Amino acid sequence: MTSATPATIPAARTGIWGWMTTTDHKKIGLLYGVTAIVFFVVGGVEALFIRAQLALPNGEVLSADAYNQMFTMHATTMVFLVVMPLATAFINYFLPLQIGARDVAFPRLNAFSYWLFLFAGLFLTISFFVGGSPDAGWFGYAPLSTQLDEVVRMDYWALGLNTLGVASIVSSVNFITTTLTMRAPGMSLMRMPVFSWMSTIVSFLLLFSLPMVAVGLFQVYFDRNLGTLFFDAAGGGDPVLWQHLFWLFGHPEVYVLILPAMGIVSEVLPTFSRKPLFGRNFVIFSGIAIGFMGFGVWAHHMFTTGLGPVAEAAFALTTMFIAVPTGVKIFNWLGTIWGGRLQLNSSALFAIGFIFLFVIGGLSGVTHSISPADSQQHDSYYVVAHFHYVLFGGAIFGVFSGIYYWFPKVTGRLLGERLGKWNFWLMFIGMNLTFAPMHMLGLNGMPRRTYRYGEGLGFDMWNLVATVGSFVLAFGVLLFLMNAWRSYRRGEAAGDDPWDARTLEWSTTSPPPVYNFAHIPEVTAEDDFWHRKYGVDEQGRAARRDDYVPVDQSTPPPGLHLPSPSYYPILGSFGIFMMITGLVYVPWGLLATGAGAVVTLWGMFGWSMEDLVREHH
Amino acid sequence: MSEHTAVDTNAEHHADPDVVRKTAIWVFLGSEVLFFGSLISTFLLYRTRIGDGPGAEVFDIPFTSVSSFVLLMSSLTMVLAHHASTRKDWRQMRVWLLATAMLGMVFLAGQVYEFTEFVHEGLTVGTSPFGSSFFVLTGFHGAHVAVGVILLLGTAFMSFAGRFRPDEGMNVEMVGLYWHFVDIVWIAIFTIVYLLQV
Amino acid sequence: MKQAEHQRRPGRRSLPILLILILAIAASGCSTDLPQNSLNPAGPAARQIDDLFWLVFWIATGIFVLVESALIYATFRFRRRRDDDTEVKQVHGNTRLEIVWTIIPALILAAVAVPTVATVFDLRRAPEPSENALVVNVIGHQWWWEFEYPEYGIETANEMTIPAGRTVYLNITSADVIHSFWVPQLNGKRDAVPGRINHLTLTADAPGEFLGQCAEFCGLAHADMRHKVFAVPEDEFEAWVAAQQEPAAVPTEGLAAEGWDTFQVVCTACHNARGATPTVSREVIGAEGGEETVFEVSLAPDLTHFGSRTTIGAGTFTWTEDHLAEWLDDPSSLKPMTPERNDLTTGRILGMPDFDLSEQEIEGLIALLEAWQ
Repeated sequence: MTSATPATIPAARTGIWGWMTTTDHKKIGLLYGVTAIVFFVVGGVEALFIRAQLALPNGEVLSADAYNQMFTMHATTMVFLVVMPLATAFINYFLPLQIGARDVAFPRLNAFSYWLFLFAGLFLTISFFVGGSPDAGWFGYAPLSTQLDEVVRMDYWALGLNTLGVASIVSSVNFITTTLTMRAPGMSLMRMPVFSWMSTIVSFLLLFSLPMVAVGLFQVYFDRNLGTLFFDAAGGGDPVLWQHLFWLFGHPEVYVLILPAMGIVSEVLPTFSRKPLFGRNFVIFSGIAIGFMGFGVWAHHMFTTGLGPVAEAAFALTTMFIAVPTGVKIFNWLGTIWGGRLQLNSSALFAIGFIFLFVIGGLSGVTHSISPADSQQHDSYYVVAHFHYVLFGGAIFGVFSGIYYWFPKVTGRLLGERLGKWNFWLMFIGMNLTFAPMHMLGLNGMPRRTYRYGEGLGFDMWNLVATVGSFVLAFGVLLFLMNAWRSYRRGEAAGDDPWDARTLEWSTTSPPPVYNFAHIPEVTAEDDFWHRKYGVDEQGRAARRDDYVPVDQSTPPPGLHLPSPSYYPILGSFGIFMMITGLVYVPWGLLATGAGAVVTLWGMFGWSMEDLVREHH
Repeated sequence: MSEHTAVDTNAEHHADPDVVRKTAIWVFLGSEVLFFGSLISTFLLYRTRIGDGPGAEVFDIPFTSVSSFVLLMSSLTMVLAHHASTRKDWRQMRVWLLATAMLGMVFLAGQVYEFTEFVHEGLTVGTSPFGSSFFVLTGFHGAHVAVGVILLLGTAFMSFAGRFRPDEGMNVEMVGLYWHFVDIVWIAIFTIVYLLQV
Repeated sequence: MKQAEHQRRPGRRSLPILLILILAIAASGCSTDLPQNSLNPAGPAARQIDDLFWLVFWIATGIFVLVESALIYATFRFRRRRDDDTEVKQVHGNTRLEIVWTIIPALILAAVAVPTVATVFDLRRAPEPSENALVVNVIGHQWWWEFEYPEYGIETANEMTIPAGRTVYLNITSADVIHSFWVPQLNGKRDAVPGRINHLTLTADAPGEFLGQCAEFCGLAHADMRHKVFAVPEDEFEAWVAAQQEPAAVPTEGLAAEGWDTFQVVCTACHNARGATPTVSREVIGAEGGEETVFEVSLAPDLTHFGSRTTIGAGTFTWTEDHLAEWLDDPSSLKPMTPERNDLTTGRILGMPDFDLSEQEIEGLIALLEAWQ
């Protein structure tokens, strides 16, 4: 157990086997993050293909079949393999640090979640090479998704999503248990940092929403492979059931994607404004409110399905009012900046950009809640514009703010500011050039998921602008990758607390030692670390405490027990990978499924025995 | 099912591993409620859609009542196993664990028999949405019972192997929570699917 | 000097850009060269939606300008200036403000909710018998639309003719997967869900041609599932109906007669020409409020009066001899389809196969189809 110096990064200390068997939440967080960035590039390239195809009317870059695969995989990748794991990366790395824990509650289960996520991601990607990727949309509306039983593409989709769901449920159980039971002494729930709060809410959302779509996905799979009639109208089934099950998950999922970003911004803005988060408790409770209300708005995705006017009106109302707690958050962020001393570095810029773009996405979201208006906007490019403002302008900008903010903690080096500003402005301008025109396209009548459009419909100009914008955007992302690589290699040394920040993760070394804290902090206040450094003077201004001495976190405490590495998580998850691969190719694939079940059981068995062995010495 | 927690022995901070694990299993069962809730909702939607096939008349209520009773009894033996473990009476605990697993297997055998009968009478997964939702709901419940049986046998096996752990009682309690949950789900299924149909 | 610094600062630029975009949205509402524009209503339903949209749009724009300018102002006003290391007052919050910015948005939304709910119920209202509505059954197929006029016993595909000024009441369902019927200038969209019947009213203020296309992703050729609505004066509509009610004439001489020979061999397995060929159809059941309706639907577009249409390939190409020749030569070269999955026993048709027709046969077929006005 060596003390970490800023220049060392975990990869330098351990070989590939070390990464494969790691149970350290920080390494697992990094694995999530790096994997997600790789998938981000994959999903981005898919997006560029889509935009290239649509640059001009009657585009011929892609065939209709290839286009349908592209947009299905673009969405599936970005939602399940990019934004969700990016959030999971941050939660993994920083939730234990922020609440003063040594690790998550179940370190090996945590590793299992990651490997299962990775294998499910690869499983979805493999489909591309064996007969084509899923092509019925990320939402897989039945009976389109159940009907083409002669093609296995949607089997990959149903099984892949369900496996990702299992990985997410497992990690949600882990995170919730961590927050509920592993907090440092004095860290009451209301003293938890807002990012940790949002992480916990997100975990609950996943915990309760994923099982519903899991049932739906099983039904799709059975309809395709067992001859069940869940969504077969001719056989008496009802395709609308799928929509309910999907959106009962799908809408909470929207908040799963955005709440972590909101949590990040709620950390970044106070730090760089040198003020506490304005209305902290309101921000937390509005997050809880969003989480609850998020389960009551799903049918606004179905305003054109034919639910009847009563249901339509009811869901229009719930949808409108979920805007209220969202607005509360925005106003509180404004309140945080107000009267502060905002250091406008890249992290803060991305946070401001987040608010700016999220406001637009939020307002266009309110226009969807006007269900008659939504009957025009639904499934048009207007919706595409809306959710990209929320998911790209919101979630991704928030995540980028978080990357610039926490990169020094993770690597010990600062991300370059000069490239960072370029990165921000190119992404900001590119994002608006790409997605703002889509509002017009949608209102002008261009439906989404169309691989070509004719001339004379007035779609030409805005599509071209959007395509140009997408390449600007891609260039901005490329600059980020360059910046990250360069800073990682030879960035400016950051020190433990480069931003003079507020929460516990900044009180330990950069990168943190494996055991996180040599001395588990005794928490006495919100933003405890800040209060150890600063008091207030007579005018209520922050004033540095003369008696503040940083705690030495680099010397490991005696008698420390840490979870030992284990290869059973990767083994068990590989078994599941074999099982689902076999399930695609019924009946002969069932042999692989059987073998996979054996491998999984072996993994689980070894897992529980391993514990026994270790307890013995 | 057991999981080593990242708790250090530092006196300054100590989360009780029992509390940690129990929290986790409760949280997980919360998720399972939604899973079975969705399956049951699907069944309720499709309960009358029997198409040209048979409907609820295929149910043999006396038979299923008996197998339900068997499953309920297994909850009792589970309680006894847990009780024995709190007394650290490992022999008794093993006996009751195996008894629970046995009752679970009897229930599963009953389900297999029942399914075969239904298929003979013309109700399959592909007969009607009623058939689809019935078999998928009860099948997933059966799969949960099967997982429970494996957990019970695994726990008993570890105990037989002579590898006692200070917190083994906790493992029994965790398996027990899961087992009772699966039983409660069955009570819901038996009421909604069988009794309310006739 | 401070001013100059402000000018250099980024952020400022974005507001004008976005204001331009807002104006662009507003402008596109007035534009007339956008035939599928939802902001250019040509009927009462679309106008009602449009009014509601603009109400919310301007409220949202007001909020947008307020919030974003507050954000930009705060960002500049309270940014850290070079070498300024003074500390700021540690404000934790303000309950009164919290209440204000919870209540005010809620009140605004409540104000918007009233007309929204009213419009929802209004738009979903079935027409009164006194309105003498024309009923059209709309059936979505992969990847074309079938329009049946049950009163008149006629059927068209992809092009719907309606009397201007009269209410048209659509019964919408699907023969395979979910589609969505959408003519933006006349009304919002409505899904065609297999097993269900949905409704939509279309009323065109004045004669005109209105474009639309399928709005729910329905597979391979979703983008090429387009449709047109022709609103014509009432007397023209009567004449149109009368013409459509004529059976398909069997030609006895010339190129068309050669085409007829080919047609009988190649086309009649899927296509109908009423009066000239045996009818091929299948049953599709749509349920509504517990009641089931059986629709006899075609396997492929009805060709009885194909010659009177303006487009081919579900609105994707204009009706010209060249396009038709290309289509007959190799349909999938014009529009992606999957005829290899056709199953005549179940009536599931997913595209027209390439029949390896000779040039002669193609010319004959074109002559035949052109004759079927």
